Amino acid sequence: MGEVFVITSGKGGVGKTTTTANIGTALALEGKRVVLIDADIGLRNLDVVLGLENRIVYDLVDVVEGTCRLRQALVRDKRFEGLYLLPAAQTRDKNAVSPEQMQKLCDDLKEQFDFILIDSPAGIEHGFKNAVAGADRAIVVTVPEVSAVRDADRIIGMLATNDIPNPLLIINRLRIDLVKRGDMMNIEDTNEILGIDLLGVVPDDENIVISTNRGEPVTIDEDSMAGTAFRNIAKRILGEDIPLMDLDEEDTFMDKIKRLFGINKNRKN
Amino acid sequence: MKGLFRFFSKDDNKSKDIAKERLKLVLTHDRANVSPKYLDMMKDDIIKVMSGYMEIDEEGIDINLTRMANDDDTYTSTLVANIPIKKIKNIGKNNG
Repeated sequence: MGEVFVITSGKGGVGKTTTTANIGTALALEGKRVVLIDADIGLRNLDVVLGLENRIVYDLVDVVEGTCRLRQALVRDKRFEGLYLLPAAQTRDKNAVSPEQMQKLCDDLKEQFDFILIDSPAGIEHGFKNAVAGADRAIVVTVPEVSAVRDADRIIGMLATNDIPNPLLIINRLRIDLVKRGDMMNIEDTNEILGIDLLGVVPDDENIVISTNRGEPVTIDEDSMAGTAFRNIAKRILGEDIPLMDLDEEDTFMDKIKRLFGINKNRKN
Repeated sequence: MKGLFRFFSKDDNKSKDIAKERLKLVLTHDRANVSPKYLDMMKDDIIKVMSGYMEIDEEGIDINLTRMANDDDTYTSTLVANIPIKKIKNIGKNNG
């Protein structure tokens, strides 16, 4: 029996889709059977991030309306054994699916997969309600900025009212240089404000842009910081106890002097 | 030059700390779905009631709604009030 995770954030543009694609790929690399559902009807994107945009025949709306069978709509990722995508409909209204239909769909997929990851649309309305309808657990993605953290807090409240307890937090796009300068909230700051369990921290990494250009998840890049962070997150989901990676880059000369004088006390990130 | 200034300053004006403080305040109101004005009205009423019993430092009052974690991982909205007292009035004191 599989487990359904919804990946959500409230605010758009914080990296939900990239996170979904990479955690999914990392779980598949760990030998799990994984299906990724793009719940952003009308604004489908998970397909291009995964590089599967040319392989789509049917979509989520076709499945719930009975135009095709569930198996026909699942796009198999040939690069990663066990990874599948259920794409969103691009030319349909977001009201084409109801929460009850999503619940039924998730129940059906649980029979065949170990993990079902739902990429939620931004916002707190119809699309969000659909995305959480069949979910057992939630992963909240945020970046360490006031607007994103505020929206994440709203979403955490809404998850509780939708009977999804104990959401997990991913802090995305952490800029180590800014944190060191005291110009970006660090892990502790963000964690303290939101008060939910931390699943992982993904450093800002230009490899994300490059890999997304190519349609390849950054997870497969052994050398990239973000890729390593996503692989660690997948392992934590599987119950392994993996410590947060050391994000401390080589200190600059100024950092060393500051530390010598005990000025830069907040350098832990 | 800015770097040099930062080097000699005590780092007490970090923008991340400003962000954190602003967030804490705005989330207080978001979480309780209460506007700052509503809290002010309540604060005035609390002062009115308490003034009958003690002299309080109105400038020093700090009233906030926060979210407290329970043991079972749920949260409860809690009103936290910090009200400095200048003097307790004698009326109502039990002398017998």
